[in-house]
Amino acid sequence: MPDIPLGQWVSDFIDWLLATVPWLFDAISAVMQVLVDGLTGALATPPPVVWIVLFTLVALLIRGWGLALYTVLAFLLVVSLELWVETMQTLALVLVAAVIATAIGVPIGILAARNRALSVVVRPVLDSMQTTPVFVYLIPAVFFFGVGVVPGVVATILFAIPPGVRLTELGIRQVDREVVEAAHAFGARPGQILREVQLPLALPSIMAGINQVIMLALSMVVTAGLLGAAGLGAVVVRAVTQLDVASGFEGGLAVVLLAIFLDRLTAAFGHPTALSRLFRARTRRTAPSGGTAETPRRSEEPAQAPA
Amino acid sequence: MPPVLRATGLTKVFGPREKEALRLAGEGVRRDEIHRQTGSTLAVHDVGFAVERGELFVVMGLSGSGKSTLVRLLNRLIEPSAGTVEVDGQDLRALGDADLRTLRNQKVSMVFQHFALLPHRTVRENAAYGLKVRGVGAGEQRERADWALRTVGLLDRADARPEQLSGGMQQRVGLARALAADSEVLLMDEPFSALDPLIRRDMQDLLVRLQTELHKTIVFITHDLNEAMRLGDRILMLKDGRTVQLGTGPEIISAPADDYVADFTSDVDRTRVLTAGDLLREPRMTAQLGQSTGEVLRALGAAEANGVYVLDADRRIAGVARDDLLARAVQDGRSAVGPRELVADYTTTTPDRPLVEFVHLVGRHPVPLGVVDDDGRLLGVVPRAAVLDALAVVPARREG
Repeated sequence: MPDIPLGQWVSDFIDWLLATVPWLFDAISAVMQVLVDGLTGALATPPPVVWIVLFTLVALLIRGWGLALYTVLAFLLVVSLELWVETMQTLALVLVAAVIATAIGVPIGILAARNRALSVVVRPVLDSMQTTPVFVYLIPAVFFFGVGVVPGVVATILFAIPPGVRLTELGIRQVDREVVEAAHAFGARPGQILREVQLPLALPSIMAGINQVIMLALSMVVTAGLLGAAGLGAVVVRAVTQLDVASGFEGGLAVVLLAIFLDRLTAAFGHPTALSRLFRARTRRTAPSGGTAETPRRSEEPAQAPA
Repeated sequence: MPPVLRATGLTKVFGPREKEALRLAGEGVRRDEIHRQTGSTLAVHDVGFAVERGELFVVMGLSGSGKSTLVRLLNRLIEPSAGTVEVDGQDLRALGDADLRTLRNQKVSMVFQHFALLPHRTVRENAAYGLKVRGVGAGEQRERADWALRTVGLLDRADARPEQLSGGMQQRVGLARALAADSEVLLMDEPFSALDPLIRRDMQDLLVRLQTELHKTIVFITHDLNEAMRLGDRILMLKDGRTVQLGTGPEIISAPADDYVADFTSDVDRTRVLTAGDLLREPRMTAQLGQSTGEVLRALGAAEANGVYVLDADRRIAGVARDDLLARAVQDGRSAVGPRELVADYTTTTPDRPLVEFVHLVGRHPVPLGVVDDDGRLLGVVPRAAVLDALAVVPARREG
């Protein structure tokens, strides 16, 4: 068997990239750093009670009393474990990574749903992304971005992209063919069909994908603690290296509490009833200012002059 | 007037080696043989027809006959492999994407088997969909949508979501969506097949009523020959993607082109399809007012009939002369047929009434059922023999 230096090639390629477009990595690095620092500051600077109240309100609005109660108890527990700042650092990393992963993954999913050739190419790439051991992501991230928060975020983004792509593509492909056909039959343009038919109908699936993106981001962000990213990952890594069972348990528990909060909250997005409840609440509030939701109102009060 | 919609030589092949499949189809090779040789499916082959303005044209066939493909070729939702489609003289295959979209939006609307409504929009927004795509203002959208919903009797549910409506109501929304677009041509792809029989009947009535008011040009797809007979001005029978017969309902019933069509027609309720006009025969004899009583009586005897229609100078029915009354008149010395010899022992109908509505009247009187025009002139008669003849089912299906 000839000895194929595959690893050497990849290594050479990375060296070449670093030598050719160093400004690109510097720019990415700067943007990430600003995003994470800004969000961490916003989450960790005010007294915990501010954010606990806000989180609870959001939980109440989207899911109801059960999750609101959980939110209060879980975050108070985090505070009493003295892990509040670390938890907020982790939350900031997760949010930044999840937003970017979604912004990359959902459009790719849309394109893959509309283009069979792209879909065929994308699928094995996603497969390999999901089966690659998580630590492998850390190596190129370190090469490109050094140590600290940024490589952690970048590795997290790469790791979290696949479900966003997959569930978006699946959701759009599952939209009732006859409904899409009807849109064509009434002369709608492809862009109109995407915006007004396919995306709204695929929304539950896309939201489920975003939920998965967030959960994967959370699991990776702890691993990213190995690179020196601050947060619960750092707590857990320190506990592992020092064989400190107590703080390892506490750090792990905080991760779990945060995970449950994020999962229940975002799972509600994918759930049609909770979603429509949110929609209805919103349209009712915006009704007087215009839009389609005002029509029932107007028919009840025919004498009313248009505002 | 030129036809609104004209299809010529429409053919569709799904799958690889389209050219070869087309060549085989042109040689008259059967569909399954084409599939075996080329791996392609011949969905529709060489179908041509023209639909006049205001006509309700039915395409009838079983599943797999190519009827759903055919209707999608008519607005190019499916690209034809060969043949042309013209709407208002405009060749669809010559249109670019943008022009094709404009045509679909303004001239040809479609109603779908499973309604195909947008579940996240209200009934009104669904009805206004074509107008929204067209880009008309919100006020006009609402006005047109409300008109269409009122027309189908659903205005009171305008703010509901489709999922809150029954199947029949959802299809009314589908119909309203097509009406609101104000297109000349409606393509209806088995619109009532997914509905249960009573609702289907209601929807058929609704369509008939709409058609008398709006005079759309409709291509209606169905697998139900009773529905086809009920609605269609003309019916195209499709089998394995090819035209088997094209004609009016009574034409198809009385002269099925082959065993396939005959098989179908044997299940049809003929009493609803055939009208008095279809069964009309020339009366064996009639008499005139003032004609000699003896002469009429002799003619009755020769014809072995018990009575005869007596007409005035305008061919209007004056009454029926019965043999016993004529005999008495001869005895009493009245030589001309006059009012005293006439009785009202007869029934008439107009030519457009279906058999089901008058079948019970046939054979009740000494004279056959009279068919009269709007002015009361006798057009002909429906003797009992004609009714029995029409109801007799065509020769039983042959096995194999």
